[in-house]
Amino acid sequence: MTMFLAILFYLAFVIFVAGVAYKIYDFARTPAPLSIPTTPAPTTKGGVALRMAREVVFFESLFKANLWIWLFGWLFHMALLLVLIRHLRYFTEPVWNWVAILQPFGLYAGFAMAAGLAGLWARRILVERIRYISTPSDHLMLVLLLLIALSGLGIKFFMHTDITAVKVFFLGLMMFDIQPLPSHIGLYVHLLLVALLMIIFPFSKLLHAPGVFFSPTRNQADNPREVRHLAPWAAQIEKN
Amino acid sequence: MADQAFKIPEYREFPTIPALVPGAMAHSKPYVANEKIQQEMGFPGQLVDNWEEKAIEKFGELLGKYRSLKVFMDSCVHCGACTDKCHYFISTGDPKNMPVARQDLMRSVYRRYFTLPGKLFPSLVGARDLTKEVLDEWFSYFWQCSECRRCSVFCPYGIDTAEVTMAARHIMDSVGYGQKYSNEIILKLNKIGNNLGLPGPALENTLEGLEEDVKDDTGVDVKYPLNVKGAEVLLVTPSADFFAEPHIESLIGYGKVFHAAGISWTLSSYASEAGNFGLFNGSYEHMREVALRVRKAALELGVKRIVVGECGHAWRVAYAFWNTLAGLGAGAKDPFAIELQNQLDPRHMQPSHICEFTWDLIQQGRLKFDKEKNDHRIITFHDSCNVARASRMGNFPGGQFEIPRNVIKAVANNYVEMAPDTICESTFCCGGGGGVLTDDLIELRVKGAFPRMEALKQVADGQGVNFMATICAICKAQFSKVLPYYGFDMRLVGGIHQLVSTAIRLGDEQ
Repeated sequence: MTMFLAILFYLAFVIFVAGVAYKIYDFARTPAPLSIPTTPAPTTKGGVALRMAREVVFFESLFKANLWIWLFGWLFHMALLLVLIRHLRYFTEPVWNWVAILQPFGLYAGFAMAAGLAGLWARRILVERIRYISTPSDHLMLVLLLLIALSGLGIKFFMHTDITAVKVFFLGLMMFDIQPLPSHIGLYVHLLLVALLMIIFPFSKLLHAPGVFFSPTRNQADNPREVRHLAPWAAQIEKN
Repeated sequence: MADQAFKIPEYREFPTIPALVPGAMAHSKPYVANEKIQQEMGFPGQLVDNWEEKAIEKFGELLGKYRSLKVFMDSCVHCGACTDKCHYFISTGDPKNMPVARQDLMRSVYRRYFTLPGKLFPSLVGARDLTKEVLDEWFSYFWQCSECRRCSVFCPYGIDTAEVTMAARHIMDSVGYGQKYSNEIILKLNKIGNNLGLPGPALENTLEGLEEDVKDDTGVDVKYPLNVKGAEVLLVTPSADFFAEPHIESLIGYGKVFHAAGISWTLSSYASEAGNFGLFNGSYEHMREVALRVRKAALELGVKRIVVGECGHAWRVAYAFWNTLAGLGAGAKDPFAIELQNQLDPRHMQPSHICEFTWDLIQQGRLKFDKEKNDHRIITFHDSCNVARASRMGNFPGGQFEIPRNVIKAVANNYVEMAPDTICESTFCCGGGGGVLTDDLIELRVKGAFPRMEALKQVADGQGVNFMATICAICKAQFSKVLPYYGFDMRLVGGIHQLVSTAIRLGDEQ
């Protein structure tokens, strides 16, 4: 199992990094031929950075749209961030100071993450409009994330594993020196699901994470009268 | 309205999100463009034999040309934030009028042909083959979107259904499945210079008649000049302003503003249209052709400023796209654009909206008003969707909300605001924008106006509002038509410069 998971994580890592990098490259190389920010929009680059920051940190537009989705969505994402930060300790030796400081918060964030996901899933099932637009993959994605959260909490609170050995495994993995992983069903499930999530990331709606930064309605400055925007293919038409 | 075959939505005491009524608007379809129209547009005359292949090819091309489309296809998580934001959904309950579901008509095809999971597990990720049924569904529901961008305000990733709709319409055009109304209008504009097909001599007559009317009315010789070389300002306005009610009242107002300020101006018969239906069909090339007419007219007439009349999507194209399409703006470094930009006066925003123009003059104290002449009116303002969410006025974000209101308040005493979630960036479309202002879509138009009508009803009953000002030719035409369905007088709608026209002092009286 150690060997299998080691190979799986290498594979998942490569697919995740290469897939997302390719997608980012693909977004970046595609021109935005027209100025289409949703207005009112900031008129400067600095303003755009601020708008994007509000969007990514506070989910500003979602807040305007629907408080319930915002509540569960924001709770989930912020909790996920804390949980990810907390997990950095399995990949660093010595553990960075700021990661150590955030440890206790990361612990509770696990519950918040599960609660947020449960809320989002409940809406998907209970609210007629959202049920209508949900595909099987939308449900499965939430199940996957929820199982990752629950298995993680399970390992922490109910069926401890030798966490030091897990850390040795991942530190070894990073050095191409495979170390034995504790034999623990909860741990296996948790790691398998995380690898699966990494593998499907670049092929799924999880691309919203890089996507938001490339969204022309949010990342363009509102300055079309002051600056001439011209995509290369549009400039070509001009030459004909 | 005795002749209609559909039910008008009823005012609600407590507006709630409607329950889903699948298929409620599945029957709504505009007329298909005939062979002649399609071919003149440079598209196939009718649905080509290998349309599926051609459509996917076009889809791929657009994905490579428009980052918006690519990012929007990939990024939606089906969170549901947009589901209750579209005026067509609110009034019909048809789930395919929820913005996300409308996008999914196209996204499902994207997933099937352009993504790995869609190729491997179509039903798992909601991917579909592009069948004739799907294409027909596109034709129905992508012509039930007015490209108003309300959904894009609320989407956490800024996904704008208008961009998706434009791409879908462009693909349909390119396989020979165009919409009659919009394509006919683009052709008229390219042949004659305006959407109404009003030729130069007719335009001249109309303007002469207008001068006489204004003279009779005010005793002042206000001019409505056409094709005057060396004029300071070229005014480009929607052609409905030349003859339709209430549009023409605003045209009269523009002329009075120029007269009172003593600024020379002209209209152009070659570019006698501010509207640009190329936008609605997502066709960059057609949109560019239309914009180039304005460029050519400006160069020939040698004007120093370009001002745009009251029109919503036209202002979007003018404000946001003219610089790109026709080099009409500032800050260019290429010879094509510099040619025109050197001619234009850099002290002014190019192009300017007529409300910016009038507001500037008011601030400089160059216009005087008898506000009490508007006292018989209790006025509210309907923000036009494309002005509100796709453009700006003035030099600060949100100027597109403040400046029109400032002008109204400068010329009238009684102003009332509609409910906050129905104005400014949250404004509701009139229901007739984006290429659906045609009688074959009258049911859609009447229903689409419902959220605005509810907000209007509130201030009409509560504060006695009897005039809804707006700055869009489509809004004016649409409301004139649908107001009676909701128990209002059609004359309740009018332009801001109609109000200006009522109150302005022409300066010759003293």
